[in-house]
Amino acid sequence: MLELTKDNFEEEVLKSEKPVFVDFWGEKCKACLRLMPGVNELSKKYSDKIKFASLNISMSRRTAIGQGVLGLPTMVIYSGAEKAATITPDKISSLEDIENFIKRYYNTL
Amino acid sequence: MEHIYDTIIIGGGPAGLSAGLYASRSRMDTLIIERAEFGGQVATTNEIDNYPGSIENCTGASLSKRMKEQAEEFGTKFASEEVLEVELEGDIKVIKCKDKTYKTKTIIIASGASPRLGGFKNETELRGKGVSYCATCDADFFEDLDIAVIGGGDSAISEAIYLAKFGKTVTVIHRRGELRAVKSLQEKAFKNPKIKFIWNAVVEEAKGLEMLESLVLKNVKTGELSQLKADGCFVFVGYLPISELYNDKITMNKRGDVITDENMRTNIPGVYAAGDIRVKLLRQVITASADGAIAATDAEHYIENKA
Repeated sequence: MLELTKDNFEEEVLKSEKPVFVDFWGEKCKACLRLMPGVNELSKKYSDKIKFASLNISMSRRTAIGQGVLGLPTMVIYSGAEKAATITPDKISSLEDIENFIKRYYNTL
Repeated sequence: MEHIYDTIIIGGGPAGLSAGLYASRSRMDTLIIERAEFGGQVATTNEIDNYPGSIENCTGASLSKRMKEQAEEFGTKFASEEVLEVELEGDIKVIKCKDKTYKTKTIIIASGASPRLGGFKNETELRGKGVSYCATCDADFFEDLDIAVIGGGDSAISEAIYLAKFGKTVTVIHRRGELRAVKSLQEKAFKNPKIKFIWNAVVEEAKGLEMLESLVLKNVKTGELSQLKADGCFVFVGYLPISELYNDKITMNKRGDVITDENMRTNIPGVYAAGDIRVKLLRQVITASADGAIAATDAEHYIENKA
């Protein structure tokens, strides 16, 4: 999965031709760390139509805040520089929740 | 031959991990099923200073890690899955997860509790956008910003003290005129220059377009409304038992807390409850761990007596 920073966010996410799934995570967020290997696997499954990337907010906090993300874990699918779909912490318990979130969007492509 | 466990523990927080340790130490074939973080609520608690015997500057993360290691050392097995259905009656109990079904002679329900909502307008809309229930997860976002904390108990005050390391200001909003938290925590909070208090107030509404911008407060005595600028709002107003799965199967009180006897037995033979999910006076790591140990021990006797 592509690692995003405040320097490449615009180029890799907002200017991307393909929709981009961004996993916002943090070093102290246990749920994020637990889900990460699974999200990596999902990225391989759906990479034909969606680009997968992650942003470590511990390093790039202002970028996350700039995107309206103030809680972890949060996952956003961007399309054409806009947020096409978002899943917030209260809706994320298991990897299945994330896969369903991706599938709902993937199936419209 | 199908594998039948001696005990399956649902929930991997302190109650479950302690039950696992005691059960496997008695050579019971033991499995803990946990759908999220091992350690449960402790895993996301920053500092634990009241668990007797814990090391100095003990963190929730280090305590949960050690509890899991200990259970593992004695032979406890773990499964990272979510329990979807349970069959509690009979000599062999059945636990259904998404892909696997498990069979066991006894079950220890240690599913714990989840944060209660504050109950204000836009609370769920702004979740992850300023409204949070986990300080260790989200404190980073609010460095040098204005943070509000709702609550007056131990969790609210100890997390407010933690958040004061990050925020520009921390305002504790409590619906009474005095805190419920333990005196030592109160003293620490009162001494902290960054922490302010708004008494006799509740949050009516969270305002903000894309992100939290302010909170509308109501004075519970006068009914007067006021606004508080807030970039973050952390809610610590208690916990509710995670017991929906067992509705109509085991005896509970109106809140959903499971009723047991002194040996953690529910109304169904071979089925136990341990930890925050039970009816109890004190919900702490120490009492959860004690429950787990007792449940495992009674489960062992139950199996022996049936053999």
